[in-house]
Amino acid sequence: MFAYIVRRMLQSVIVLLVVGLVAFSMFRFVGDPIDNMLGQERTQADIDRLRAELGLDQPFPVQYYKFLKNAVQGNFGVSYRQGRPVSTIIAERAPATLELAFVSGFLAITMGIALGVFTAIRRQGIAANVIMTVSLIGVSLPTFLIGILLIYIFSVELDLLPSFGRGETVMIGNWSTGFLTTSGLKALILPAITLGLYQMTLIMRLVRSEMLEVLRADYVRFARARGLSDRVINFRHALKNTMVPVITITGLQLGSIIAFAIITETVFQWPGVGLLFINAIQFVDIPVMAAYLMLISVMFVSINLIVDLLYYAIDPRLRVDARAT
Amino acid sequence: MILKNLMIAASATALMAGAASAETLRWARAGDALTLDPHSQNEGPSHTIRHQMYEPLIIRDVTGAFEPALATEWGPKADDPNVWVFKLREGVKFHDGADFNAEDVVFSFERAKQPNSDMKELIGSITEVRAVDDYTVEIVTDGPNPILPSNLTNLFILDKGWAEANNTVNVQDFEGGEITFATTNANGTGPYVLQSREPDVKTVMVRNDNYWGIDQFPMEVTEIVYTPIQNAATRVAAMLSGEVNFLQDMPVQDIDRVNGADGLMVKQAPQNRVIFFGMNQGADDIEADNVDGKNPLADVRVRQAMSMAINRDAIKQVVMRGQSQPAGMIAPPFVNGWTEAMDGESATNLEKAKELMAEAGYADGFSLRLDCPNDRYINDEGICQAAVGMLGQIGVTVNLDAKPKAQHFPLITDGKTDFYMLGWGVPTYDSEYIFNFLVHGREDDIGTWNGTGYQDDALDTKIKSLASNTDLDARNADIADIWRVVQDEALYIPIHHQVLNWGMADGVGIDVDAEDQPKVKYFTIK
Repeated sequence: MFAYIVRRMLQSVIVLLVVGLVAFSMFRFVGDPIDNMLGQERTQADIDRLRAELGLDQPFPVQYYKFLKNAVQGNFGVSYRQGRPVSTIIAERAPATLELAFVSGFLAITMGIALGVFTAIRRQGIAANVIMTVSLIGVSLPTFLIGILLIYIFSVELDLLPSFGRGETVMIGNWSTGFLTTSGLKALILPAITLGLYQMTLIMRLVRSEMLEVLRADYVRFARARGLSDRVINFRHALKNTMVPVITITGLQLGSIIAFAIITETVFQWPGVGLLFINAIQFVDIPVMAAYLMLISVMFVSINLIVDLLYYAIDPRLRVDARAT
Repeated sequence: MILKNLMIAASATALMAGAASAETLRWARAGDALTLDPHSQNEGPSHTIRHQMYEPLIIRDVTGAFEPALATEWGPKADDPNVWVFKLREGVKFHDGADFNAEDVVFSFERAKQPNSDMKELIGSITEVRAVDDYTVEIVTDGPNPILPSNLTNLFILDKGWAEANNTVNVQDFEGGEITFATTNANGTGPYVLQSREPDVKTVMVRNDNYWGIDQFPMEVTEIVYTPIQNAATRVAAMLSGEVNFLQDMPVQDIDRVNGADGLMVKQAPQNRVIFFGMNQGADDIEADNVDGKNPLADVRVRQAMSMAINRDAIKQVVMRGQSQPAGMIAPPFVNGWTEAMDGESATNLEKAKELMAEAGYADGFSLRLDCPNDRYINDEGICQAAVGMLGQIGVTVNLDAKPKAQHFPLITDGKTDFYMLGWGVPTYDSEYIFNFLVHGREDDIGTWNGTGYQDDALDTKIKSLASNTDLDARNADIADIWRVVQDEALYIPIHHQVLNWGMADGVGIDVDAEDQPKVKYFTIK
């Protein structure tokens, strides 16, 4: 068990280092930040001075090494665009993204499971078929289109919900929350639906197909033969057994909700880390891009690590194998 | 059901909010100010925000003409052409109540000349600023500088006492990540006072009821809420839904939509930016073409032919949806030295163009790579695509290479492109600025944006002499001569002047200014 954990952790560290190296080798293809930082009146001397000051005259492995050296001390450098420490900026922006991810994840799981069960049990019903058809839209339309569509309907035409921003926020310590004000809650609705729609339809379809499978299983037939009520069969026996793959997928999707909030945040001008990253790419803000990419890969690697360890805990076969070797 | 209740509640609060904030300017544009420090970051959106809270000695009004701000009168000193004298406005107070006087001006200029300042290049000719008395300041330059006032319209004045009390005597080291009190706070003499600011999210300012010009300007807006919205579609949606009532950076494809909406309108004016193509004519052979051992662009006939092949009206109609003004010279219309006649020297003539190509020995044409940005100017990539087709008609096969601005502009400054798109704005409103950067031969600190390889010693001497020529008539004659050379040499292929569009709700009244710098004190609002 211990050896397994150590091996997985070492693998994770290598993955992180490689992600960083690839990221740094790509940055010079994004463009030259110097041009964005100095006005059109700058001279060659200004350019050379700034390039040396930022260490951009060094080859990228050296830049990467310097970044790592500072990063392990918790220093992610200074944003080229905002002129403030990257760690401060990310800490400022993280609550917005996490709150959005939490709400859309919650929506996706609850609505996804409820609709999945419903469409599996009533698979011949009109409502179930309508839901299935509509869910295709959720899977197939790109996020930015859904976002713009929602803005068009609910902001422009119906004038019910705000089209951009977080509304009023309240500071609780260092955490700015939009949960405590009416405008903050209103502002959450459209982005949360946009971000969660894909995951919702995914979970719904997964639950439905798993459920259909399970409902055909022998033990369900026996349960019916025993005369158990539909409710007990559907929810106690069938649903429970469909949850294993759903939990796996949900865990992995949680990471992508946070990481891929970029598009939703851009469409709704949601002041989170995704929007920060888009700005950073346009401006070639290398410290922000590097910190963001490392943070996201740390997140994915940890989620995967936790999932692996959970399997180890859940699945007795893995443990037996480990003991045998 | 819950959702429905929520929506009803939401719309009710939206209505109430609308009624209570009738004099609030809810203003959106694509970008935010990078810092509030008056002398850090010489950049459009940053200056726009500062202009509401700080003031320079002189500002430009909506027509681009000088208007007294903290100075009431100015002029060169009678007996010494190296000195400009500025009379300052009396009785002005900073937001914190401190009095404004000559000491603050001297302090602000010295601060703007510090190494970390981004404004130092603009006032590089200033050697000394001295206070003659409390309300008179003399600015000494290293030689006669006839256009000094043009360089002062974004040079903001801050209070010496405030800066000293708050440790912001020095300009923040932006690249080094320094944050000073002045980065996040403002204490100017301007018409609006900073109330709160979250960078990239929201900035709120309220009216300064003690402003010296409160009776002189409309000043009808009592509160400004400024929100950057990056995504163009979201920005327009926010305007259509009434969440903002003043919008900059309007996407051209949505102008009709906004104009057609109830209670909204779009106003436009030519912008201080001209779009053109540059050609590397200085090299003996260029890398981007298929002609060996020769540079087709070195032949003036080829350059003229290429310019004649561009149909600027078609670009205006099709690519720009009418939102441009075809150009014949690379100066925006209000710049000193611009003439209507020269701006009209750009007729499309395919027959003549083909003849010129044949005369130059390129009857069968040649191929060439065009480097183009795709996120800098309005529909920049579309313009380049249109030009590809037009140049194909005279046998010039163009391969388009469009990239983000961060990759495009280094090509020009590093001399790695032979045919490129560039846009140019002229903050000083004088041709000298254009010549210095785009016509003078490329050296370390002059001609930095001249990617054409063009260099003529006699012309360079003439350009340099403009800086200190105080005889304005002679100077203007020189400017006209230099333009004649630029035009005859077909140094650049002018395309058009960009048009600025500002969206506003009914009740918001302001004219568009060429610098894209709305000054809220001029706004009327109902």
